[in-house]
Amino acid sequence: MEKERHVLVIFPHPDDEAFGVSGTISLHIDNGTPVTYACLTLGEMGRNMGNPPFATRETLPKIRKEELEEAARVLGIQDLRMLGYRDKTVEFEDEEKLANRLGVIIGETNPSLIITFYPGYAVHPDHDATGAAVIRAVRELPADKRPKVHCVAFSNNCEEEIGQADVVNDVSAVIDRKIAAIKAHASQTQLMAASMEESIKNQDPEVLARMYKERFWTYKI
Amino acid sequence: MEPAVKEHVQKEIDRLANKEVFIHLETTNGAYASHFDETFFSSGAYIRNAQLVYEHGKVTGKGPYRVGLKMNFGWVYAEGITHFEVDEENRLLLAGHDFSGKLAVALQISESPFE
Repeated sequence: MEKERHVLVIFPHPDDEAFGVSGTISLHIDNGTPVTYACLTLGEMGRNMGNPPFATRETLPKIRKEELEEAARVLGIQDLRMLGYRDKTVEFEDEEKLANRLGVIIGETNPSLIITFYPGYAVHPDHDATGAAVIRAVRELPADKRPKVHCVAFSNNCEEEIGQADVVNDVSAVIDRKIAAIKAHASQTQLMAASMEESIKNQDPEVLARMYKERFWTYKI
Repeated sequence: MEPAVKEHVQKEIDRLANKEVFIHLETTNGAYASHFDETFFSSGAYIRNAQLVYEHGKVTGKGPYRVGLKMNFGWVYAEGITHFEVDEENRLLLAGHDFSGKLAVALQISESPFE
């Protein structure tokens, strides 16, 4: 993995960072690279409330904010920014304003690498809208000032249409931190975290591949 | 939240009748439903802080419950309500959780706007 000057991670929901990229974040932090995580919403519309339910629609944002802070702590992210958008509404925001807001953060942090979702191939409308706003913001920069953009894609058709991921990071060295980050989002991951650990113990090849290898598509701006 | 108790929910609905109230109403099958099952038709609706007055409301069914609010000009209803809570701000929170505990529907009534 290349050594970066600064990594800027931009996702819409607390826990988006945990599954797909928390290993990569940990590797960058171990490398001494500062990481900024800009998280657009607090996942206010999450459907996991605990069973029996311990959260309500109104308490969920507070719970998820604390979980996000805990995940950042576990990963060693020093600069966590919560942007105050609302879950499931990102695609309805004014695109230019959103891109400008992200542009300001890009300007401040001057990253050599941005990690976000691949617009059109990231399933959740907030994911696609966030990725699109990042790409729009990066396009505004002069060509020689643009950071690399690594995108996460997981729609069912993504490999057919955009090919195989061109960046694959082996995160087995930091797998404990990755699992801890996933577990930090307890309200959302409680149910699956237990079965995930069981699968890892049993060396389930599909789960191992997903957990140990983080895949990215370099976006050609 | 606690499992909905029909009489208790009815009492709360009555308490908030004939007042200016703010409504949160939501149905959702989650943003990933069609991703995991391409034959699934994804749908949902969401309104936060609709301001209205209802003249009476009713909770019906044997559980999961249905809740309907009758207004001068129209109606609000939700079905699939399994849980309720009156929170510290005295708001009535009604929710329907599916068999795995995930939220599927919410109807909330408050005398002040939801933040």
